[in-house]
Amino acid sequence: MKPRRPPHPLHGLLAEFETPGNLIEAARRAREAGYTRMDAYTPYPIHELTEALALPRTKLPLIVFAGGAIGCATALGMQWFSAVVHYPINVGGRPLASWPSFIPITFELTVLFAAIAAVLGMLGLNGLPMPFHPVFSVPRFALASRDRFFLAIESTDPKFDTARTAEFLRSLGAREVNEVER
Amino acid sequence: MSDLEPTTPGGPTDREIIGPGHTFGSVTDKISSIVLTRKTPMFWTVGFGIGFLLTILMLFAIGTLFVRGVGIWGVNAPVGWGFAIVNFVWWIGIGHAGTLISAILLLLRQEWRTSINRFAEAMTLFAVAQAGMYPILHLGRPWLAYWLTPYPNTMALWPQWRSPLVWDVFAVSTYATVSLLFWFVGLIPDLATLRDRSKKKLPQIVYGMLAMGWRGSAMHWHRYDMAYLLLAGIATPLVVSVHTVVSFDFTIGIIPGWHSTIFPPYFVAGAIYGGFAMVLTIAIPLRAVYRLEDFVTLRHLQNMAKILLATGLIVGYGYMIEAFMSWYSGSPYEKFMMWNRMTGPYAPIFWGLMLCNIVTPQFLWWKSVRTSPLGLWIIAVIVNIGMWLERFVIVITSLHRDFLPSSWGMYYPTGFDWATYIGTIGFFVALFFLFIRFLPMISIFEMRTLVPEAEAVKEPEP
Repeated sequence: MKPRRPPHPLHGLLAEFETPGNLIEAARRAREAGYTRMDAYTPYPIHELTEALALPRTKLPLIVFAGGAIGCATALGMQWFSAVVHYPINVGGRPLASWPSFIPITFELTVLFAAIAAVLGMLGLNGLPMPFHPVFSVPRFALASRDRFFLAIESTDPKFDTARTAEFLRSLGAREVNEVER
Repeated sequence: MSDLEPTTPGGPTDREIIGPGHTFGSVTDKISSIVLTRKTPMFWTVGFGIGFLLTILMLFAIGTLFVRGVGIWGVNAPVGWGFAIVNFVWWIGIGHAGTLISAILLLLRQEWRTSINRFAEAMTLFAVAQAGMYPILHLGRPWLAYWLTPYPNTMALWPQWRSPLVWDVFAVSTYATVSLLFWFVGLIPDLATLRDRSKKKLPQIVYGMLAMGWRGSAMHWHRYDMAYLLLAGIATPLVVSVHTVVSFDFTIGIIPGWHSTIFPPYFVAGAIYGGFAMVLTIAIPLRAVYRLEDFVTLRHLQNMAKILLATGLIVGYGYMIEAFMSWYSGSPYEKFMMWNRMTGPYAPIFWGLMLCNIVTPQFLWWKSVRTSPLGLWIIAVIVNIGMWLERFVIVITSLHRDFLPSSWGMYYPTGFDWATYIGTIGFFVALFFLFIRFLPMISIFEMRTLVPEAEAVKEPEP
């Protein structure tokens, strides 16, 4: 077993950019320079960052599909069980498993479970709610929800070196580079 | 107070979806300042006050109902479905425009939806809240409403799955839940903005808790976008299904005037029609009072007017086919039903409905009407009334004279019927005013995607 590295005193470095174009360019160049443990913080979703940061595909669609499938099975199972097994009512010899009239509720519960899976899945994969995160300790980070664009290179990155990485971020045109306390 | 004024003197033209000169910062400041820093306008105080007083009226009407029973309403044999069902269908229909704007227009990549989706979704939520009350109040023994849900009980009883009234319980409760989730997910990034921009401790804590630590990370946005897209995809068939199930409440019955296959599509079109009328009724005063002409431009009003005209024509087609089928069916009861609607004791309501829903929207063929906020507002209010009359005609005129003349009767609403109806309008207004006071009524983060700085880095769509 490799000896564990002691935790780095910093969470990482946070570079501030003024435009989305600068941030996308910086993210691309940082990835080309070999950095892998990066994150960007932006006031609105920027699709170009997915490619620039090489973000992995999300498993969310699978979770939503599973939610919908569970909802569908729950609804059909519940209606079939109650109408055929638990409380069968013979109305003029009509079939007990009258599936066409089970469809509306099956559809509604499929939608309900899928929607709940989408929201809880998104929050869960994102690790939210998370009231505190190290980046919040940088005062200017409040602007990430207004009009500023941030690129963080985290200390867990194998290439991370406080002085050299900060210099590199400045060379990308960062307006300011802050050390993020853990 | 420069942020109060539109940035250009004339405001944006009817082609633009956002006024010129806006930046990430300016859209953020303008929308968040309504909640955080601007003085609450007199419009808000008066509007909320009226809504609050009418909410008290609603509580009084509901309280009396609980104590004295449904006898305080005008319902009796043969009209057992009075105002409660008319209002239920009216409110739930209004909700549909919000989901259409937020889900269907998102999937169709209609960028103009961005500045109207938030308050349209809030409208949906509050309208569904009103709608949901009516069937329960209508039960006779409302405290036993939980019997509608499948739950383990000592009698081993289950709901009747083959009844459209049980389908309705599932449809409406799913619709309310999904609308709430959709609305809340849309709010999360904006709640983070309010958390970061508020200067006082209490708002920071409350918005901070609600934002759940949102920090705008790229990976988070990536999943967020996926979740939002999937929710839109899920909500699209849902919104169509809800009013379809509501129409099943009628069509599965054998009453002349209800037993018809045109009901599902014609109900859905009517719901969107009435819903867009309500969005316009709300949007036009809001943009004037809060000076949001930069964000809710004449193009938005024009587009909504066009949807109003198109769905109005579909609804008109529905009325025409209804009349045609009652003649073509050869059924004396169907023929009588239509004749009774046009010439019977409720004929003024039928012709009022035609005037409101078929004649009025024809003015929208003129661009000068579509781009006149006042004219549009008047038409929208008339359409709202027309849609209410439509549900009145469907529910009451079909029931009051069915197959046997010996069982005919009349329905007259009582004061408590009116008090409950007007009370729920007041409750809706009160909830809406609370919403515009405490939450951003336009989606801030989505508006940021429309400013020129954001457009500059967008890659062309494949």
